[in-house]
Amino acid sequence: MMARFRQNCWFEPALIALIIIIIGLVLPSTYYFRIATLVLIAGLSATGLNLLLGYAGQISLGHAGFVGIGAYAVAVLPAKFAVPSLLAVFCGTLVSGIVALIIGRPILRLKDHFLAVATLAFGILIAMVLNNEQWLTGGPDGMAVPRVELFGIRIRSAQSWYWICGGVLVLAVVLARNLLDSSTGRALRALHDSEVAARSAGIDVARIKSIVFVISAVFASLSGSLYALFNGHVTPDIASFLNSIEIVTMVVLGGMGSLSGGLVGAVILVVLPQALSFFHEYEHLLLGLLMILILVFMRAGIVPTLAARWARGRT
Amino acid sequence: MTLHKSLAIAAGLLLGATSLFGGAQAQDIKVGAVLSVTGPGAFLGDPADKTLRMYVDEINAKGGVKGRKLQLVIYDDGGDAGKARTFATRLVEEDKIVAMVGGSSTGTTMAMVPIFEEAQIPFISLGGAVVIIEPVKKFVFKTPHTDRMACEKIFTDLKQRNLTRIALISGTDGFGKSMRDQCAAVNAKYGVEILAEETYGPRDTDMTPQLTNLKAKAGVQAVINPGFGQGPAIVTRNFRQLGFAVPLYQSHGVASKQYIDLAGDAANGVRLPAAALLVADKLAASDPQKAVASAYATKFQTITKEPVSTFGGHAFDGLMILVGAMERGGFDPKAIRDEIEKTKGLIGTAGVFNMSASDHMGLDLSAFKMLEIRNGDWALAE
Amino acid sequence: MLAQFLQFAMSGLTVGAVYGIVALGFTLIYNASGVMNFAQGEFVMIGGMVTVSAVGAGVPLPLAALIAVIVAASVGVLLQRLAIEPVRDAPPVVLIIITVGAALVIRGVAQIVFGKQLHKLSDFSGDTPLAFLGASILPQALWVLAGTVLIVALVWLFLNLTMLGKALIATSANRLAAKLVGINISFILALAFALSAVIGSAAGILVTPITFTYAEVGTLLALKGFAALVLGGLGSPLGAVIGGLLLGLSEAFAAGYLSSTYKDAVALLLMIAVLLLRPGGILGHAGAERV
Repeated sequence: MMARFRQNCWFEPALIALIIIIIGLVLPSTYYFRIATLVLIAGLSATGLNLLLGYAGQISLGHAGFVGIGAYAVAVLPAKFAVPSLLAVFCGTLVSGIVALIIGRPILRLKDHFLAVATLAFGILIAMVLNNEQWLTGGPDGMAVPRVELFGIRIRSAQSWYWICGGVLVLAVVLARNLLDSSTGRALRALHDSEVAARSAGIDVARIKSIVFVISAVFASLSGSLYALFNGHVTPDIASFLNSIEIVTMVVLGGMGSLSGGLVGAVILVVLPQALSFFHEYEHLLLGLLMILILVFMRAGIVPTLAARWARGRT
Repeated sequence: MTLHKSLAIAAGLLLGATSLFGGAQAQDIKVGAVLSVTGPGAFLGDPADKTLRMYVDEINAKGGVKGRKLQLVIYDDGGDAGKARTFATRLVEEDKIVAMVGGSSTGTTMAMVPIFEEAQIPFISLGGAVVIIEPVKKFVFKTPHTDRMACEKIFTDLKQRNLTRIALISGTDGFGKSMRDQCAAVNAKYGVEILAEETYGPRDTDMTPQLTNLKAKAGVQAVINPGFGQGPAIVTRNFRQLGFAVPLYQSHGVASKQYIDLAGDAANGVRLPAAALLVADKLAASDPQKAVASAYATKFQTITKEPVSTFGGHAFDGLMILVGAMERGGFDPKAIRDEIEKTKGLIGTAGVFNMSASDHMGLDLSAFKMLEIRNGDWALAE
Repeated sequence: MLAQFLQFAMSGLTVGAVYGIVALGFTLIYNASGVMNFAQGEFVMIGGMVTVSAVGAGVPLPLAALIAVIVAASVGVLLQRLAIEPVRDAPPVVLIIITVGAALVIRGVAQIVFGKQLHKLSDFSGDTPLAFLGASILPQALWVLAGTVLIVALVWLFLNLTMLGKALIATSANRLAAKLVGINISFILALAFALSAVIGSAAGILVTPITFTYAEVGTLLALKGFAALVLGGLGSPLGAVIGGLLLGLSEAFAAGYLSSTYKDAVALLLMIAVLLLRPGGILGHAGAERV
């Protein structure tokens, strides 16, 4: 079993890359490219959170805070301090990583709902700073993000961003897959099953949790940077509590502990509101109803449930 | 459920989604709107949404514009600037609109501006702040008065009453912050001094601590409250609760009967700058705005059973400016833009619009009336 | 000085009492079923909205309030039967997301039924402020405080003196054991949701004259109630109310003495500090973990 798993460790990233390429070749217009790009960007933060929530079993209701740091890094640094956009992306991820490292240790000692509320408070604090420090961030109305230049070419079309974000996402999935197949990954699974047991087995639980927290924060920050660069405009909404909940919802709907599950969740939460806008008044109602129905009938999330059914169907 | 069925459902969902994206009817002229119909800005977007629908219906019932029917495409951004931008792309790319009336707040408007500038499609915003039209953007217009005008109107009134030392309590939402900044930028010009400042969150439910501090500040002669939503109504109630005796000024952000209903007796004596729409029935018969404002107010209240607000009025003005431009210039977006810019003497609910290449709003200070609330109703203060 | 202090304290207590009642509602459901119900704020909204509409239709206030409580309790039971019961043993985070979905549904229905505008309810006994040592207090604030005390007392009496209440506690403590002594678990869980909805809607009715109400009023309240609950110590009804009061007081004092812009930040930092010093909350116990 284990051997087969190892063999297949490239299967998931390759499949995801293939799907991204095929979709990229058939999308008809800028609007579709925009939606698809938003899916890829959301998928990136969902992948990060999935490592934390799905594999390490640690909840965070404040990940939008890291998305906000990444987004505002590429907005503020180039506009106010003349830092090149690409360097700003790096600065954003660095800051997010360091913040996650600093707050991760104490916060991750907390369990379940206590951890949820502590991360929630962190996320809201970030959103509050972005909202209130108008001189730096433009306040609640947000600020424009300077366009990024790569080798002297300004990147602005949704098509180019689709391929860039697709590339970054595939890289992230490969990275996550490698992490999961390393000794850290095995420690993670032990941690998820029982923290006490993992500790007894000599695993440095605090260190492992901290590592995953930092990685998930870096993914979230990166997705924030991509979003801001792609969008050309950011507002503090990006760091809001609702956005944090949305990322968690993606992971839970798609499937905790399944990398492609997080991506499926991202597809649902980005595409569905577009489709439902047709129903106008009933949009939120239907979205909520679908969330409930999916989880009632596929409580493990869409991808793990379907995969289990498929496996059962074959035997 | 078998795998087969699940897959079929998933595929069905996707197909359903894609078919919903398309499906245009030929012949009709498409006008778009992205509004904050839900979320914290719902009181802005909801009346605008209703106004656009009822007037497009009316226009179509009367035979449309130049014999062509209008088709309205409205999306709800929930107050989220990112969603607004996505829907703007959709209006431009998929729905192929010729013009847009909408963008409920300054934040959502500014997020959408680049899309319309790039696509060269006229965009008449319903957002308040002055940044929307300064500097002038070729395809972007707006119908509400700016927050700077509101500050200037209030300061003018203060000077007439010989009140020069004031305190500010503003909401931390986009509207409150933007107007606060404008007031803090033009106060010196009017010889008004800001002695103290406090803020509150847009969803806070009690502002007595902040007001207690302002009350304790010696020498404050009047208080201004830039903000919208329920905040100003709570500020007003808390203000009276504390027995704060100086005059209280609200902004055009509360220009709806709903504010008086919410604040109750505490609203009596409050002054605010607002469009003539609110006092349509009290305007002199000679007032050029009387007919237009009364007609809109009556229609809105009859159909929605809700009190009229200037927020719906701004959407009405935007639609009328657009329809006027299409009557004159046809349906090519660029031609529409040129004609919008040439709008002259158009009487709307917010005032008389005179657009130009350098003024994409077209209202001056005379469009604002200083109102005072007396016995639970609007009255002209001047 | 004293007058100012009292004014801030009164503001904090009133707002905090509401956070506390919301947190109390959270606690009942959490204890009985382990579900963190993020639709708790929607019960508060139902309480206010239904009362407002009924009063608007000419129903006297007490009857309107009763109708609102009954509607909320029915919604609570429906939520439990349709969305929670079928997945009772799913992981906590799945249950959280289900309740987030339920909150969207309830809010969506409310927007269609009641519209998206703000609504108001008249103060129960006028809005002439009462003077107390230089501070000025609205009669409605006293209603809120008295209502909170009454609700807490009733919940305590119910849990400790009635058979049903004891069955609820037994279910919270050990579901299997409770089942073995013949308690109808499914009924008890529905009861917990109904009771929690009753408490939430009562809070909504009491507070609407002060805060107004609208379809989306519950979002923020659920957030603050959740924070209050965890601050006070998860699972302790008294802790929930204390947590709520502390949160409200810290917001009011921060707004009064420090900075109104960052008053929520002060409250949040305080909360994080408490959690780090006492990882089980103020009244919680950080005992050894069961393996």
